[in-house]
Amino acid sequence: MLPVEMRELRAITEALRGVWDARGYGEIYTPALEYEPAAATGAGARGAYRLFDEHGAVLALRSDMTVPIARVVATRYAAAEPPLRFSYFAHAYRAVRPQRGQPREFLQAGVELVGAPAPEGTAEALTVLCAGLDAVGLRDYRVGLGDASLYPAVLDAIGVDETARAPLLHELVTRDFVGLEREVDALGLGAEEAGLLVGLPQARGGPEVLADAEGGPASSAVSGMRAVHALLSPAVAERVIFDLGLARNLGYYTGAVFDVYDPALGVPLGGGGRYDDLVGRFGRELPAVGFALAVERLHIALTGEERMP
Amino acid sequence: MTPTGGLTVAVPRGALFEPTLDALDRLGLATAEIRENDRKLLFGEIGVITMRPSDVPTYVEAGAADLGITGKDVLMEQAEREVYELLDLGYGRCTMVLAGVAGDDRAAEALQRLGVMRVATKYPKVAAAYFERTGRQAEIVEVKGSVELAPLTGLVEAIVDLTATGTTLAENDLVVREEIAVCTARLIANPVAHKLKAAAIDDVLERLRGG
Repeated sequence: MLPVEMRELRAITEALRGVWDARGYGEIYTPALEYEPAAATGAGARGAYRLFDEHGAVLALRSDMTVPIARVVATRYAAAEPPLRFSYFAHAYRAVRPQRGQPREFLQAGVELVGAPAPEGTAEALTVLCAGLDAVGLRDYRVGLGDASLYPAVLDAIGVDETARAPLLHELVTRDFVGLEREVDALGLGAEEAGLLVGLPQARGGPEVLADAEGGPASSAVSGMRAVHALLSPAVAERVIFDLGLARNLGYYTGAVFDVYDPALGVPLGGGGRYDDLVGRFGRELPAVGFALAVERLHIALTGEERMP
Repeated sequence: MTPTGGLTVAVPRGALFEPTLDALDRLGLATAEIRENDRKLLFGEIGVITMRPSDVPTYVEAGAADLGITGKDVLMEQAEREVYELLDLGYGRCTMVLAGVAGDDRAAEALQRLGVMRVATKYPKVAAAYFERTGRQAEIVEVKGSVELAPLTGLVEAIVDLTATGTTLAENDLVVREEIAVCTARLIANPVAHKLKAAAIDDVLERLRGG
């Protein structure tokens, strides 16, 4: 990256840093190289790049910052009074098909709010997210809000067992609704139940989406989304798109999940959600919520918006 | 506003071209200009861009088109593309097959005596995944032109290719050994457009389903 690009990227990270710092989110950093056992907790994207140290121990390049921060909180903040607020600007490494906005090494800017349960903690995270995007200068962004517990709750209510779930979740994660309908048909359920399993993940839009899903097995997730929405200021609330099909394939999300979209870019700018049992895996039970933005994608969206009317 | 609510739709040229335009006709799109223009690629006023089927996922994934129509064969080969598959349009029905020269099964013989068979295809990922799934070692030879030529010249023992009627296979003295998958035309969407233009996309989806 040469000076023109670096200058523009720096303006983006400085805008985010200013907003988050002012809201009490202290910046934190952990090493890019971690010991493999620490990196592999069964949570998050598995580190794609591994190497050996001089003693033969396996090191991995981190794939995100959420898991390292969860570990820091459980160990270095073992007795601190929650909530704890952190922000970070750090490179992460993933095995991807390299293309514009998706290099193997990418800069993440994010926030973790630990010890603040839903719905208040989730609402604060969304507010801090939008404040950051406003400061960056993005005009037309939207935030998709879903709930990771929604689809599992529907599967539970209908009584779909573990073996039958795997193909359904595979079709969902690979975004194949034709395949989802085929797999649901193969279960031989009643029309209403099959309709829920195929229809709910395709429901997205305004509050009418929540109204349609009320009363059914998705009720508890829907009330949770309503409760978060009710706590948002009008400026943040109008950025939200309810998305009942939003599924993130990182294993640690437990409740609300979100994705950030901009019409100037064909891929999400970032995302996040609640991970209420991740910190506990490292020794301290604390509910938490966070998000990460891909700085290079913010930059592409910003230049794209400049070109739009 | 266009009858598709201002959406940009990627339309495949080739075998899926006519039935796709018929489907767009039912949405109220004026496709006469597209039918008359063989060389023009972009029809901005009705939100249609035309391209070869294998380019459709590229445009849709990047957001250069909101929606696209292409064959399941293309989507299987480009499985890593991050697009939503919304609807099986039903037309353009073809079968992905393993085929070889009529008579003795040379692929089976090669596998038995040499431990590996050579297979020519335009679908290297689909073919490799199929042989891995069925536990056979195959060397995939990627060709760009007429796949049927490869087994006739001894380049390979078999091919993996798409066939609609089987006529081209038969004319080249080839027979189907195994059926791998049935492929039809699919409607796909960009993941961001799917959220930000939900109402327009669902409207198109409903009308295509109804028609």
